[in-house]
Amino acid sequence: MNERMGTPQETVERALALSRADDCVVIVEEGSTANLRFAGNTLTTNGVARSSRLTVISIVGQSAGVVSRAAVRPDQLADVVAAADRAARDAQPSEDARPLPEGASAGDWDRGVEPTTIEVFRDFAPALGESFAAAESSGRRLYGFAEHIVTSTFAGTSRGLRARHDQPTGRLELNAKSADMSRSAWTGVATRDFSDVDVAALDAALARRLDWAKRRVDLPAGRYETILPPSAVSDLMICLYWAAGARDAGDGRTVFSKPGGGTRVGERLSDTPVRLYSDPAHPGIACAPFVVAHASNREQSVFDNGLALGATDWISGGSLANLVQTRHSAELTGLAVTPSIDNLIMTGPDGGRSVEEMVAGTERGLLLTCLWYIREVDPQSLLLTGLTRDGVYLVENGEVVGEVNNFRFNESPVDLLGRLTEVGRSEQTLPREWNDYFTRTVMPAIRVPDFNMSTVSQAN
Amino acid sequence: MRQIDPDFLALPLRRLADAALQRARDLGAEHAAFRLERVRSETLSLFDARLQGAMDADDLGFAVRVIKDGTWGFASGVELTPEAAVRAAEEAVRVAEVSAPINREPVELAPEPVHADVTWVSAYDVDPFDVPLRDKVELLAGWSSGLLGRVDHVSASLMQVKEQKFYADMAGTVTTQQRVRLHPELTAMRTDGDRFDDMRTLAPPVGRGFEYLTGTGWDFPAELAEIPDLLTEKLKAPSVEAGRYDLVIDPSNLWLTIHESIGHATELDRALGYEAAYAGTSFATFDRLGTLEYGSPVMNVVGDRTAEHGLATVGWDDEGVEGQSFDIVRDGVLVGYQLDRRMALLKGLGRSNGCAFADSPGHVPMQRMANVSLQPAEGGPSTEELISRIDRGIYIVGDKSWSIDMQRYNFQFTGQRFYKIENGRLAGQLRDVAYQATTTDFWRSMEAVGGPQTYVLGGAFNCGKGQPGQVAPVSHGTPSALLRGVRVLNTVQEGGK
Repeated sequence: MNERMGTPQETVERALALSRADDCVVIVEEGSTANLRFAGNTLTTNGVARSSRLTVISIVGQSAGVVSRAAVRPDQLADVVAAADRAARDAQPSEDARPLPEGASAGDWDRGVEPTTIEVFRDFAPALGESFAAAESSGRRLYGFAEHIVTSTFAGTSRGLRARHDQPTGRLELNAKSADMSRSAWTGVATRDFSDVDVAALDAALARRLDWAKRRVDLPAGRYETILPPSAVSDLMICLYWAAGARDAGDGRTVFSKPGGGTRVGERLSDTPVRLYSDPAHPGIACAPFVVAHASNREQSVFDNGLALGATDWISGGSLANLVQTRHSAELTGLAVTPSIDNLIMTGPDGGRSVEEMVAGTERGLLLTCLWYIREVDPQSLLLTGLTRDGVYLVENGEVVGEVNNFRFNESPVDLLGRLTEVGRSEQTLPREWNDYFTRTVMPAIRVPDFNMSTVSQAN
Repeated sequence: MRQIDPDFLALPLRRLADAALQRARDLGAEHAAFRLERVRSETLSLFDARLQGAMDADDLGFAVRVIKDGTWGFASGVELTPEAAVRAAEEAVRVAEVSAPINREPVELAPEPVHADVTWVSAYDVDPFDVPLRDKVELLAGWSSGLLGRVDHVSASLMQVKEQKFYADMAGTVTTQQRVRLHPELTAMRTDGDRFDDMRTLAPPVGRGFEYLTGTGWDFPAELAEIPDLLTEKLKAPSVEAGRYDLVIDPSNLWLTIHESIGHATELDRALGYEAAYAGTSFATFDRLGTLEYGSPVMNVVGDRTAEHGLATVGWDDEGVEGQSFDIVRDGVLVGYQLDRRMALLKGLGRSNGCAFADSPGHVPMQRMANVSLQPAEGGPSTEELISRIDRGIYIVGDKSWSIDMQRYNFQFTGQRFYKIENGRLAGQLRDVAYQATTTDFWRSMEAVGGPQTYVLGGAFNCGKGQPGQVAPVSHGTPSALLRGVRVLNTVQEGGK
């Protein structure tokens, strides 16, 4: 942050001092991004960007007013705070109003912001260029996107809280296609700084999959034994997580509603001892250890800002353990206060196998690469529809024997938990569908004996 | 016509643009464009007539985009000073230089006449940001209260956006624009025994001001008055028998099918593979331009950025190209694509048709969707007349779930309401309906489109595309339409129940 804008720490302190409300929360987010996008073995777009956002949440009695502005200069601060104070005075009392969490602190508050720059790709970009050349000479085309984001969040409250979190988020999507575009394979990795990304190795793995696809097998719609790799599982489990709001469940609107009233917390969803949980301190996918809420809604409350977050089981031993809560919804449902956390981990019983080992143990089935365009069809069963993408492989007698056409599926992830017959070894993975919003996942592959491929998709 | 807000014009627009463009020129850029944007939004949500959350936000910043030695470079900033604009220009050039070694395809742009110092403001009467939050909450709470008692719960939301853009490029084009859009929604919920369902208003998002909520362009009280009884009927409705049906699809549903299966499929950047790793490609490949039988002869589709109240309507796009109207499908045949300046030149199509858009100052302009609309038949039938032509079918109203594959072949849609058609008449609601088809099969099965009296402009605020992801507002006009023999699924059976 430059001198004209002031430091984020100064902005928080000044905004809190300016507020005339009963209480106040100030959130400053300093963002920086760098990205490279490529198609057909060449760069297409690129860029670096900075952002700076101030959010002031004023609380008057039981009412809250929220004003959020970008690029606020010190001389504009008083106007933003006054607007939030005014909005709070004009607002109706909020049903989720609670005293702000008392003054804990987190992170190294005083340290300066360290933005990312295009230099984050200084080793990666040349390696990517070499992979372009290698792909070109081998008749492959590489497509994809590399992005690095650093967001530094500073949250301060009139109750003394000063919490700071620096979140690096990196992702690489790499898609290889044959020159005639008829064969396609995808891989993706999440990274904190691109130092651990081996683009040549990723490209080599894709080349192997394109070779698998040289033998084409057309299969009709139907139910198939299917191995869903970690990326596909992550997309389905993110859908489950996003549908796990306690408030909606309590109101009878979701798959986690109990018929006749209440929630399904405590109910067994799977005979396999599956664990689905979030943990802000999980190695490699660490995330903010406190609540940051810019507006209240069904799953978050501005009054919870700064609340400490710890490891939380959503499903434990195959049973529904917790739902996403605010302090308000926890009171309504009589359940624990378990706010949303920005990572997701799934594990099965000890000794889970790798995808390769699961393939080797398959007599006949399908191996997916990833899922795409996943949308909710029915909230009460969490029936989802979507497509397979970039490689559906037929496995016979423990080996991949060719590539199969794509399918549209109709399945519920909750139902799948009850039908899965194997949970593999968990590993960090990148969701294909949802990685714009959610990149921090550790997931296993799963085996489902009867995955519902509803219709054939002609897309390749 | 309204004027651009003085406080936006008071920003140092030209000073920053001059500084950035001069620096880019000095550093040898072949092309440079400067864009300064402020996007203000206010979102409020209510549940059971109580305010649940409200947020007043804005995004303000600028961007410099250059072409240096045939490679794009882009940088953005938030500090509105000439020094920061110069730094962004330098950074954009540096990004181009770093990227050049992995660029094998020199970037060139289709020519566009210079539009020197022009302004445009969208068609609206009342700036929603001039209306006190309290008044908006009272209006939505009143509507919600009117439903409670007849339904169990009501959620309501209102999204409002004011987008202000200043654009200047090295060729001399300077545009200043302001547009406003609103998206109100109310959803009623009810449980009957173990069965839960909901029903949402059909009112589309529009490029209008607050007058949209007070009687201009939509009759909210009339629509809301019908919802409790419609929802009650839906809860008691029989589950659909899966199979093939003749469909009459209401504009409130068909706009989304147009969006997914025509709008995205006819973006030239997709068709050429530039979105291959993310949004996907298109079955409507460039070699099929002029020959692909997209649909039946009654199918005529126009792309335009000029429709009054359209969400993708602008004066000039984010590459300084004038908003235009153009044919995409004529008499059932693919005849055009949506273009930006690079795509237009790449395929020798002459001038861009003005489809570049960036959703924020921090993002690169990319080819985004125009208002892509199915044309009604002059003197064509009413919706009732279309229904009267069907012996056994379903009339589908309102959008809900949607999904389509990465080449825009295979899609599946649900809706808000489904009516059984028997012998040319509606015979009560059905439940659990989804329709599933291949794009060209679907549009080729379209026997008739309704007349202008059935035409409605639908749309969405949140069309996603690109990496980094961007959202764009877009409208789609359509009449009602009659389609024969479309596959209908029972969604409960699909779930294995």
